[in-house]
Amino acid sequence: MTKIELDLDLPLGGSFRLVVASQLPGRGITGIFGHSGSGKTTLLRFIAGLQPCKGATLIVGGQPWQSGKQCLAPHKRSVGYVFQEASLFPHLSAKGNLDYASKRAWPGSSPLKRDIIELLGIGSLLNRYPHQLSGGERQRVAIARALLINPSILLMDEPLAALDEARKQEILPYLQTLAAHIAIPMLYVTHSVSELSRLADSVLILDKGRVKAQGDITQVSEMLGLSDPLHPFSILPAQVSEVHPHWKLVCVKSHKASLWLPDTGLAVKTKVRLIVQAKDVSLSISAHQDSSILNIVPARVDDIHSQTDGMLVKLHSEAGPLWAKISLRSAEHLQLHSGQALYAQIKSMALSQ
Amino acid sequence: MPFNPEDMGAIWLTLKLASVVTLILLIISTPLAWWLSQTRSWIKGPITVIVALPLVLPPTVIGFYLLMLMGPNGPVGQFTQAAGIGLLPFTFWGLVVGSVCYSLPFVVQPLYNAMSAVGARPLEVAATLRAGPWERFFTVVLPLCKTGFLTAAVLGFAHTVGEFGVVLMIGGNIPQETRLVSVQIYDHVEALNYSQAHWLSATMLVFSFVVLLALYSLTAAKKSVGGQHDKD
Repeated sequence: MTKIELDLDLPLGGSFRLVVASQLPGRGITGIFGHSGSGKTTLLRFIAGLQPCKGATLIVGGQPWQSGKQCLAPHKRSVGYVFQEASLFPHLSAKGNLDYASKRAWPGSSPLKRDIIELLGIGSLLNRYPHQLSGGERQRVAIARALLINPSILLMDEPLAALDEARKQEILPYLQTLAAHIAIPMLYVTHSVSELSRLADSVLILDKGRVKAQGDITQVSEMLGLSDPLHPFSILPAQVSEVHPHWKLVCVKSHKASLWLPDTGLAVKTKVRLIVQAKDVSLSISAHQDSSILNIVPARVDDIHSQTDGMLVKLHSEAGPLWAKISLRSAEHLQLHSGQALYAQIKSMALSQ
Repeated sequence: MPFNPEDMGAIWLTLKLASVVTLILLIISTPLAWWLSQTRSWIKGPITVIVALPLVLPPTVIGFYLLMLMGPNGPVGQFTQAAGIGLLPFTFWGLVVGSVCYSLPFVVQPLYNAMSAVGARPLEVAATLRAGPWERFFTVVLPLCKTGFLTAAVLGFAHTVGEFGVVLMIGGNIPQETRLVSVQIYDHVEALNYSQAHWLSATMLVFSFVVLLALYSLTAAKKSVGGQHDKD
């Protein structure tokens, strides 16, 4: 276990300071989430030693990387770092870039170079130079290079942010496979909720340099879902319980409810996460059996917030906690009040593995 | 044969001087340009200006001060005498010192520009890949500044070949010792020996043209590749 203990306080520019005293899990993917300027990248750079911070403490896997006056130089820290934009050496081919890392790899048991190249699907690109690669290909080579240094932690600074949607979809599956294959902890900086919900096991939410919440992704999902108060969403952990080839649907069990989703080839018992946007949840007093909406779950009103463009309703549903965004007119029509029992209709939801 | 033995001696001496000076300039300009590209110290400004001074000063001014410094009463002169080297003015090595000062900006500038263009990111990447400071310099900075080094070497060489004022001030006109092509041309003209002056001048002209043309086509080719990097 390569637990990461941090204690730092450093100016972020402007009047903000990045103040983090925390412990990050020694395994799995920890998402570092926040809006731009919240200090995410600075935190990652501090861990890698690229951002000096006087008086801070950083202990990784029991080894002090910074403590008191002693501070390890970046090249003496066992990290793999994937930068936001392409960072391959332009004077070296893809293979040259990989060799630069493997020649200098940290000792210890390491995954085979061949396996890493295969995992990231870059075998056919090795002889090309960075300017001959697409953005997505470059980032895959950069990820392979960071792994080949055989680090004890992997730091990723918004590795997909500079790519368009199609390229993101191209790389995400590689990252998911990666997460399942590597034994080292990975810190993944992002401001994208969809990347976070697909990849992260636990989350550290930063807001203007302060830790707003930290924990397992389902524990902090309420906070995460409200990170953009105008577009809230809920994250529901679920498991595939049944595949229905005739309807081309799968049934997933979330909390006490069974929900139907389009069949995307998932096997029974696969663990998934459902992302439900508040605007995709509507409310009704009775369970409409005559509706085409597949997923209708009993729920109870927990709380009601009024917003400029409608009402935001917090629900306790049989599928788990949900947000619903409805108009003021509907709220008055339904005579909405706290504790009221009603039905939540989920019009659509995104599924991530 | 358009060149007489004295002309040939001048050409040979000029090439020898330019080669030695270019080598020395590359050795001292590399750390200097690197320091200038990395430092944030207040002293960067004054140092940059001192390096650039030969661009604007008349060569006679540089030559005059060097003559004072290296002469029997100057501090450098007293040092060289004490060290048993003797006096530098009117010797080949005196010309080397003068040319190094005179051509310094032509070598430091291209190196400084190339090193600044490398930016912090490749060095940070190398640091996260376990490369220490020296290794980062040799495996990342040097290869990325290849064109800068080539430009610096060519400009330093060509500019040294083309100097006149400093040479006359501190080198005089000693055959085989300090008489360079530019001085030889001056002598031919003084002696109304126009055809000899013509041959040497035309050679210099063609040499300079070819060298600069080669340099420009090389950097232009590099830039078009660099343009593709910009898409990153």
